[in-house]
Amino acid sequence: MADDKNPRDVVLHAGIPVKAVYGPEDLERFDPARDLGAPGEFPFTRGIHPEMYRARVWTMRQYVGFGTPRESNARFKYLMARGQDALNVAFDLPTQLGLDSDDPRAEGEVGRVGMAIDSLSDMEEAFDGIATDRVSVSLTINSMAAVIQAMYMVVAEKQGVGWDRIVTTPQNDILKEFIARGTWVYPVEPSLRLVIDLAEFCARRAPRVNPISICGYHIREAGCTTAQEMAYGLSIAAAYTELLRARGLATDDFAPRLSFNFTCWGKLFEEVAKFRAGRRMYARMMKERFGARNPRSMMFRSLIGGGGSAFTAEEPENNIVRGAYLALTAALSGAQTMALPTYDEAYTIPSPEAQLIALRTMQICAEETGVADTVDPLGGSYYVEWLTNEMEKTIRAEMEHVERLGGIVEAVKSGALQAEVARQAYLFEKRLLSGEIPKVAVNRHIAPDAARAQPALELYAFDPHVSEAQVAKLRRLRAERDGAAVTRALGRLHDEARGPGNLLEPILDAVRAYATLGEIAAAMKDVFGEYKEPVGV
Amino acid sequence: MKRLRVLVAKPGLDGHDRGAKVVAQALRDAGMEVIYTGLKRTPAEVVREAIQEDVDVIGLSVLSGAHELLCRKVVAELAAAGAGDIRVAVGGTIPGPDVEKLLQAGAWAVFPMGTRLPDIISAFQALAEGVAS
Repeated sequence: MADDKNPRDVVLHAGIPVKAVYGPEDLERFDPARDLGAPGEFPFTRGIHPEMYRARVWTMRQYVGFGTPRESNARFKYLMARGQDALNVAFDLPTQLGLDSDDPRAEGEVGRVGMAIDSLSDMEEAFDGIATDRVSVSLTINSMAAVIQAMYMVVAEKQGVGWDRIVTTPQNDILKEFIARGTWVYPVEPSLRLVIDLAEFCARRAPRVNPISICGYHIREAGCTTAQEMAYGLSIAAAYTELLRARGLATDDFAPRLSFNFTCWGKLFEEVAKFRAGRRMYARMMKERFGARNPRSMMFRSLIGGGGSAFTAEEPENNIVRGAYLALTAALSGAQTMALPTYDEAYTIPSPEAQLIALRTMQICAEETGVADTVDPLGGSYYVEWLTNEMEKTIRAEMEHVERLGGIVEAVKSGALQAEVARQAYLFEKRLLSGEIPKVAVNRHIAPDAARAQPALELYAFDPHVSEAQVAKLRRLRAERDGAAVTRALGRLHDEARGPGNLLEPILDAVRAYATLGEIAAAMKDVFGEYKEPVGV
Repeated sequence: MKRLRVLVAKPGLDGHDRGAKVVAQALRDAGMEVIYTGLKRTPAEVVREAIQEDVDVIGLSVLSGAHELLCRKVVAELAAAGAGDIRVAVGGTIPGPDVEKLLQAGAWAVFPMGTRLPDIISAFQALAEGVAS
């Protein structure tokens, strides 16, 4: 333990050492006009809106979805009736990987970690009674993003809602799936093509859709540092921007709808500085490197939250407290949208009570604490401004490292980035074990009877009948639909996948014909092949 | 003491490999020979690789909740291949009540969330001593 004679060393996750005191001497070259600007103005260091939460608090968007589309629909309505204003939809693993519920590889996984979607018919059920022109919906889907987004567009079509009025955020960030989250299907190049096909199509036809949510979040959860999280996220954003520009779009045609998904579970001030630095780096990159002129193209709009890594299996109730700090951190970081992990997540699919506590945590933070009273309340702090500058330098160094690996796409193909993330995860674990990174009730203040304590949690009872219900429904669908129309639509998709054209129209046709997700995915797999993971630990 | 050979495997569809990769690095640092399968292997593929690589233990990492089914399948495939001597450890998001089920299904060891890395390593080391004697 530290005492006056031996003050402890503090080094942030990004590797930046921290002094005991900061003052004006640490900000000698600090120029508020250049480095900060006004909130809502370039380079957006203090936030992307002039009044931030005084005008509107962040969107609260808990991640929900499990079982059949009908069960998920009921939980969506439960949360919306309690003040949640947007949806964040979880899909089961077979859906995320383009497998139908009756695929042998889907056994045991149907409806488990999200809702099962096999066809348009399931999407219709999931959004039954939910007005697609009034609710904003995040779809946590990546390699299958184009297909699921197409299904949502057809649901809107059937509700009589024009595509110009729907607001969705398909995650559609395949690069981070290769680095961290693992729901890849096709090799890197065709996977990127699908990401860009969807983004291009939305830019031209569904202008309120946020077609890519660039995720540092999952890479951080997989083990990288704070600075790497931002560096990899910005590098991914640059890669997609280049690809979209190569389609003949100007930066301002699509960049206002790019958004981000980042976590904030580390040290509070390091996280705040990460976002402040990231905002101004993104603004400068979009303006100077990619020629953006519309200020909206330069705004780092982000979902901030999550951070299951901060939570512990030990004494899970403590995670409620950690969640409150996460919310505070996200608010001080200037989040547009917030989502919190639930305290029971180490054990189970969240119970409705745990989800409600997470929602209440965000509401209390927004409405009771005063954190939303004024913009960027930490702005001007000696420490925070100094740290924002230091984070910027560290993030830039990490981005340069990615460039030396050949750029983010090459670094993903070679597996170099995956190996670095795994290395960092192991380093972090060792620092946790040594106690260098403190975790209450894990590596300090451990209760004497901790080993025997079984937390009193309501465990989600996974219902194996979900799978039977989905499979039965799928059989009915296959028997009742117009088989010739399905074959035609899938044939067209297969043919167009061989060519260079945008695949959204043929995917939409297949969806309208009630081709299944698995059939659509397979038609493309036949042309694209499958990804082979560069394995190296 | 015998130098254990371990296959760290990700069966099923779950793509969360942080834990698997951390454990793989830790076991290697503890002197074991470790092979990592990569994601999305079927139980049959895992067993084939285990036999090919002549490992002593398969470490299954499952965070999707499908651990029981996957463990049963791996154990059954091992038995069918006449490789029932290869031990199966299971780690991941395994709720308390499932630990016993996995052991009954034939798992040699179960490491649910919250397990300390040193405890995993010592379980493997104890096994290595047992194998040697």
